[in-house]
Amino acid sequence: MKFQYDRDTCNGCMLCPSVCNFGAIEKDGDKVKFDMNKCVYCGSCEEICPVDAIHIERRTFDKSKLLEYHNVWVFCETNQGRLRSVALELATEGRALADALGEKLVAVIIGHEIEHHADTLIHQGADKVIIVDDKMFADYTTDAYTIAMTSLIAPRKPSIVLFGATGNGRDLAPRVAARMGVGCTADCTGLEIDDERQLVQTRPAFGGNVIAEIITPARRPQISTVRPNVFKPSEPDTSRTGEVEKVDIKISPVQVRTRVLEKVSEVVEGMKSVEEADIIVCSGRGIKDPANLALPKQLADLLDAAVGGSRPIVDLGWLPPTQQVGQSGRTVCPKLYFALGISGQIQHLAGMSSSDLIVAINKDPEAPIFSSSDFGIVGDIFTILPELISEIKKVLDAR
Amino acid sequence: MKIVVPIKQVPEVSEVRMNEETGTLIRDGVPSIMNPFDELAVEAAIQLKEAHGGEVTIITMGPPQAKDVLLKALAMGGDRAVHLTDVAFAGADTWATAFTLSEYIRKMDFDLVICGKQAIDGDTAQVGPELAELLGVPQICYVRKIEISEDEKHITAHRETDEGYEVVKAKLPALLTATKGLNEPRLPNIMGIMKAKQKPFEEVNAETLGTELQLLGLDGSPTVVRKVYPPEKKKGGIIVDGEDTAAAVKQLVEFLTKKGAI
Ligand SMILES: Cc1cc2nc3c(=O)[nH]c(=O)nc-3n(C[C@H](O)[C@H](O)[C@H](O)COP(=O)(O)OP(=O)(O)OC[C@H]3O[C@@H](n4cnc5c(N)ncnc54)[C@H](O)[C@@H]3O)c2cc1C
Ligand SMILES: Nc1ncnc2c1ncn2[C@@H]1O[C@H](COP(=O)(O)O)[C@@H](O)[C@H]1O
Repeated sequence: MKFQYDRDTCNGCMLCPSVCNFGAIEKDGDKVKFDMNKCVYCGSCEEICPVDAIHIERRTFDKSKLLEYHNVWVFCETNQGRLRSVALELATEGRALADALGEKLVAVIIGHEIEHHADTLIHQGADKVIIVDDKMFADYTTDAYTIAMTSLIAPRKPSIVLFGATGNGRDLAPRVAARMGVGCTADCTGLEIDDERQLVQTRPAFGGNVIAEIITPARRPQISTVRPNVFKPSEPDTSRTGEVEKVDIKISPVQVRTRVLEKVSEVVEGMKSVEEADIIVCSGRGIKDPANLALPKQLADLLDAAVGGSRPIVDLGWLPPTQQVGQSGRTVCPKLYFALGISGQIQHLAGMSSSDLIVAINKDPEAPIFSSSDFGIVGDIFTILPELISEIKKVLDAR
Repeated sequence: MKIVVPIKQVPEVSEVRMNEETGTLIRDGVPSIMNPFDELAVEAAIQLKEAHGGEVTIITMGPPQAKDVLLKALAMGGDRAVHLTDVAFAGADTWATAFTLSEYIRKMDFDLVICGKQAIDGDTAQVGPELAELLGVPQICYVRKIEISEDEKHITAHRETDEGYEVVKAKLPALLTATKGLNEPRLPNIMGIMKAKQKPFEEVNAETLGTELQLLGLDGSPTVVRKVYPPEKKKGGIIVDGEDTAAAVKQLVEFLTKKGAI
């Protein structure tokens, strides 16, 4: 790889510093200079340069090998025998990608006593379901699941493998990718097939301040984890049929180097998961007292929504860690997000800014949350919330 | 115990701003810090050393200025630092980063590698698992609590899950990634800062690492960042004054009904 800047060809138009997202290009007299410590070789400058003064020489690859790889695979995670909702989202999005490629969608499901999910996945768009069922897979372990996935992938050569960006998905996907010596793109919020039949993976970085498009030009399969709730599952089509293949993968206990001694649930009875809910009612420090959480809970119950909290609320122990939204908590993408008494610092926004609709209620008109909101009310949650609850009740009762 | 802590220097993401006109990131004047999750990893390593003895090696792959975070980790109580720095490492994706780190670490004698859960710039959380695979050791990701067995041959860790946590046991050597709740990282004191400058500090480039150039940096990266752009702005967000509560709420409920959100 070489980076070349031809100072003589450069006409000093100063377009390149304006497109560099990494502050790596500076004016230098009537030309420019590059700080290679900041450069990530994204190629934005090369693309915009009108006189071709910038050239990034990339490695060339023999792409004929890539033609051996076909079909889109989705890893459908289960939890205690239940299919995680992200599995249906992956199947829906995987279907669209498979259609764009004119290839098949294969759903892979690993666990114990999980066979009955095959039909659900076929109705959701899978042409084929691969089932690996054994008591060795009852609990998720990195080793057992990595062996299962790699031994399925290696001989069958899918071109794309998608995982949900859940805790386990983000543990497993990079491990599988590293074992196969291929790339992995984390926490994608957009997927597309380009003219060269490559998977274009879109993901936020820098706390959501930039969006990056990532491709994997030379290796297959292309592996990504996909943020839950971004893709909405389609209506299941119960008339669809598909093939079900059971694959026996035997793993000896010595191959599994970690042992789950105990599983502790911190999910509070009746408290919906923020990652799976369509609506989230999230409170921040503005709620002031744990007793006041009764109000947002009331709104959540009314809308069948999950109750969430910003980091300080969870740190104070007012809500369990499972309900924290943001960079060090959960990343969520509901249809509707209420931010109640939340300022909207970047670390919070990083976990929720991709929500479809954001409603903010905050006393401070300058609160950054308002620049990310679709609807903001500048006011006191304690006067507005009770009124809002009673108005929504009226609307729902009238239906 | 011999513990290795890979750390990364990152921009203070909360101070990164967009240039509204050009739609690019303004990184000038944005301070660089030790990735916050890596501070948890350094603290955990120092605590284990204090309890069990041994040595803590801090390692980073990064440009010359990344030396600052190594010195900070030494000032906190790390014993020695390794700085992998070379233009040949530039442009590395997570695989190439993990590979470069593994090329150094695999030649060491280690019991435990502790990474941060994720770096706050890329937010990928992939370097840890990829490094574990390349080193051939088991991984326990998102760890909130660590216990070492009496014979110092096993580790038991509380691993955060989507539903709560699980207690996971593994034989050493192993790799952990540290998440919020593991500890409260200490601040380096004056003594620590002075001592840091005397501690062993090794600089390694591609040649001394002895690795084929085509496996490093941009060339060695399976993934390529093709384009980077600012996120779409929320257009036409409505903001109303809540002074007149009834009117504001009515407007909101109409908005939600119209959008089909409730
Ligand atoms: C927006 C974005 C999204 C990404 N998403 C993914 C993803 O999903 N999957 C994936 O595999 N990768 C991804 N990457 C890459 C991934 O984030 C990085 O692997 C990870 O953040 C670590 O890279 P880094 O340390 O190189 O970080 P950066 O912040 O890019 O640091 C700069 C790099 O330049 C190098 N460098 C510059 N000069 C020198 C020098 N003199 N000596 C040594 N090194 C030098 C540093 O080593 C360092 O690696 C993404 C990158 C970007 C920009
Ligand atoms: N360039 C690097 N040098 C050393 N360690 C790193 C580097 N990049 C990432 N890491 C480690 O890997 C963890 C996860 O990073 P990431 O996968 O980039 O989110 C970090 O918390 C660090 O412990």
